[in-house]
Amino acid sequence: MLKNRYLWLFVGFFALMALLAVGLTRDPREIPSPLLGKPAPAFSLPRLDSGAPFSPEEMKGRVWLLNVWASWCVSCRAEHPLLVRLARERREILPIIGLNYKEARGDASLDMEKLDETAERRLIEERARQWLDTRGDPYVFSVMDADGRVGMDYGVYGVPETYLIDKGGVIRFKQIGPITPEALERDILPLAEKLRRESAAE
Amino acid sequence: MKKRHQRLFVILGALAVLGVIAALVLSALNSNLSFFHAPSEVAAGKAPKGRLFRVGGLVKVGSFAREPDGVTSRFILTDASAELTVRYKGVLPDLFSEGKGAVAQGKLAEDGVFTAQEVLAKHDENYMPPEAAAALQKSHAEGVRELRAGEAAAVSAP
Amino acid sequence: MLTEIGHFSLILAFPVALFTGVFSLWGAQTGRLAWTSCAKSGALALFFTVGFAYLCLTLAFVNNDFSVRYVAWHSNSLLPLVYRIAGVWGGHEGSLLLWLLMLCGWTLAARIFSRSLPDALRARILGVLCLIAAGFLLFILLTSNPFLRLFPGAAEGRDLNPMLQDPGLVVHPPLLYMGYVGFSVAYAFAIAALLAGRLDAAWARWSRPWTLAAWIFLTLGIACGSWWAYYELGWGGWWFWDPVENASFMPWLIGVALLHSLAATEKRGCFKNWTAFLAILAFSLSLLGTFLVRSGVLTSVHAFASDPARGVFILIFLAVVLGLSLLLFVWRAPSVGLGGRFALFSRESFLLANNVLLAAAGGTVLLGTLYPLIVDAWNAGKISVGPPYFEAVFVPMMWPLLFLLGVIPFVRWKETLWKNTASDLRLPFVAALAAAAALPFCYGAWNFPSALGFFFAVWIFIGAKYQFLRQASAARGKESLLRSCFRQPLSFWGMHLAHVGVAVFVAGVAVVSVFSEEKDVRMAAGDTVEISGYTFRFLGMREMPGVNYSAWQGEMELSRQGRFLRRLFPEKRFYYSSAMPMTEAAIDSGFFRDVYVSLGEPLDRARPDGEWVARVYYKPLVNWIWGGCFLMALGGILAMLDRRYRRSRFSSSLRRESGSC
Repeated sequence: MLKNRYLWLFVGFFALMALLAVGLTRDPREIPSPLLGKPAPAFSLPRLDSGAPFSPEEMKGRVWLLNVWASWCVSCRAEHPLLVRLARERREILPIIGLNYKEARGDASLDMEKLDETAERRLIEERARQWLDTRGDPYVFSVMDADGRVGMDYGVYGVPETYLIDKGGVIRFKQIGPITPEALERDILPLAEKLRRESAAE
Repeated sequence: MKKRHQRLFVILGALAVLGVIAALVLSALNSNLSFFHAPSEVAAGKAPKGRLFRVGGLVKVGSFAREPDGVTSRFILTDASAELTVRYKGVLPDLFSEGKGAVAQGKLAEDGVFTAQEVLAKHDENYMPPEAAAALQKSHAEGVRELRAGEAAAVSAP
Repeated sequence: MLTEIGHFSLILAFPVALFTGVFSLWGAQTGRLAWTSCAKSGALALFFTVGFAYLCLTLAFVNNDFSVRYVAWHSNSLLPLVYRIAGVWGGHEGSLLLWLLMLCGWTLAARIFSRSLPDALRARILGVLCLIAAGFLLFILLTSNPFLRLFPGAAEGRDLNPMLQDPGLVVHPPLLYMGYVGFSVAYAFAIAALLAGRLDAAWARWSRPWTLAAWIFLTLGIACGSWWAYYELGWGGWWFWDPVENASFMPWLIGVALLHSLAATEKRGCFKNWTAFLAILAFSLSLLGTFLVRSGVLTSVHAFASDPARGVFILIFLAVVLGLSLLLFVWRAPSVGLGGRFALFSRESFLLANNVLLAAAGGTVLLGTLYPLIVDAWNAGKISVGPPYFEAVFVPMMWPLLFLLGVIPFVRWKETLWKNTASDLRLPFVAALAAAAALPFCYGAWNFPSALGFFFAVWIFIGAKYQFLRQASAARGKESLLRSCFRQPLSFWGMHLAHVGVAVFVAGVAVVSVFSEEKDVRMAAGDTVEISGYTFRFLGMREMPGVNYSAWQGEMELSRQGRFLRRLFPEKRFYYSSAMPMTEAAIDSGFFRDVYVSLGEPLDRARPDGEWVARVYYKPLVNWIWGGCFLMALGGILAMLDRRYRRSRFSSSLRRESGSC
């Protein structure tokens, strides 16, 4: 073996590369949801259209998407056309239910102290409707999570977020941030299809 | 002889410089790192006393208040399982608001209030600093686990 | 349609870059002339295909084509035209395309200005650059394509991040990228020389202007970014030791080391291996910076949206580039001769010390930047390394460096009697001591840090002046001293001007970090606040509509000792499309000080016309920081324009020209 006094450079090189590679696996933004594979937390919230209460129990036996949105959320705007298209193509197979998250309280420009509960509710309905009317409504229906408590249960830490829930009411996939076409084609649709078949065979 | 002397001199000099640098680095790293803790860790007494650290979570809705001087503010950071009162004197970042994520750097005062020297808010309209997000996720998982444990205990008790 | 053509053009550029790279390198290695000649046309074709793609993307921005995803995410129909053009590099994909365009531009420049080089060497240089371009093309096409369409197209764009809607954005990233990418030329020269097994003085002379050019851009880019952060973020700071800032600072430090070691290699033929290694290191650090910024492994205010796939790609790219170059280096370096001999007390050994210090300083910055990653990798918790670490480590390391900076111009190549040097240095030393004793009192009180700063500033400044004048008067013969000064070679002027820049910078940093003042106050209309003798009087708030935002504008009256100076208008803006608030500080800039005010928030959100929290600053000599950087860059430009780089380059005569390094 040739003696080369520069060979030690490779020690540093490999150490650096290994460190960076490990760093990549620890992407600080990619946090696995603790809820994956767990039953979706139960709740009962009023529907936006009728005000009637809805609880995830009612969706037992179906594979569905829970999409967290708000009209003040800019990324939702970018995501919305994709949801509309998805709903147009497969509303029957993969229904989307919207969780309207802190519609009024999330908007930093509103002064919440001036709003009582009824006024807040009216404001939510008005804003959410206007959004859905102008941009299209991909949801079977939406429910109102005015104070964000349900969002907290689901570990929502940014809007939008989307949960894929199976027939048994278990969360199988979570998309943090807007659904991208890649995520839809690569992860969500194949998994939804699999889940739908899986329990149909049972 | 002269050549060898010179060489020795250079090597010794280089070693001395390297030693000084290494000492500088080690002492600076030792005293200037700030660890990240979630409010629930602070509540559990895991955070260091009298040392700089960072804490992150959501700014609790309705908790923000100003002291009479108008410049000092107080608010509560929460990770859904514990709360921590933060006091900060100064101008808050543009994106700071109730119900959104923030990270504060500072020390824990004797009275249990976190005295922040610096407050960072999330830099994007939808996301909070990743550290704060991680803290929330973690404490959420722990909360769920505790809940489960509580339920299990309740079932097995009778 | 234009978008598709642009996309196609970008795809076309990939095989062009790949084949040019492979053929010219292979041709140069095997001596096939026909193959090496393809490098020239390849570089040209590469520039035009990439340039055309870039033009198409710009047009999509100008025409508000929101069916292009990248445009929809980074622009808005309300956005003013200049920001739409600058918006091309407002996001990850477009800024990479700009990176690539600049790489192709540097390649084209290398092709144009290398006519006098031997064919094989020229082909190798262009080949290496083309291969790097191919790597980046692949990266863009696979993971960060800006030409992807959105189906259906968006009606309106999401808008450019308001923080980026500022004249600073128009110039900062392009300058910075020019610097980053520019090191690729120095790198290509080093690789070409290693491949040929000829690390000689001609190689050093040839890489010097290119390295200088890249370093000038990087200096200006960093200074511009720091200035932008100062006035746009409204925090009053000019450097935050943020990972992204560090990512640009490390190549800069190594670039400084490289410049000085190239000088020694050119003049005396020594440190050849070290120089080649630094060239490799400078470019690798540029790539590492890209990795840190784009992969999201570190959290930073500047970081782009992260995507693990991108991180993996850049990591592989970095591993290939750095790994192959190190392999080449390790293979070739042992056979390179040592070059001219020098004594312990000589310019060579002092330059070596300067290099070691710079490299070590770069190493400590790297360690501080990567330390959170290291700790996380060991599962030891999440930490952040803050400015105190860098201040505690980096600043003391600069002291010996600054001291040497005052000494080296007086030391001759090969060997100097230390007694002579010591007597030369008497004047600067006394002047510096006097300055350190007296100048801090101009700002009220004497203290050690500022005295140290003044000592080094004056030490370098007087040293540079004195040495310059001495050299000029020694060379003057019969003509006047002034004439003789102007007859000194440009590189000599450049060196001293850059060193004066360092002195100005050091003075600025020392004064600003010791004597700045800031106050946070609540203010109602009519209130006044005083800071360092300046009085701000708050006159009230009013609403001001902007093009794509609405703003609350405060009116302040600035006066000093009862004398009215000017009105200041700090703003709080709310951008329509993203609902993001932004602070616009109002600064009264001056040669000796800045005073500035920025608005915090209204005490009562419902009454923005009422009381506000405001922050006022007094920043003495802060502009000297950027002025110093500008002088350094100017010095670099002068040095680059030196006559000897413009001559027929491969004359083997390497006779010494007066003085410079």
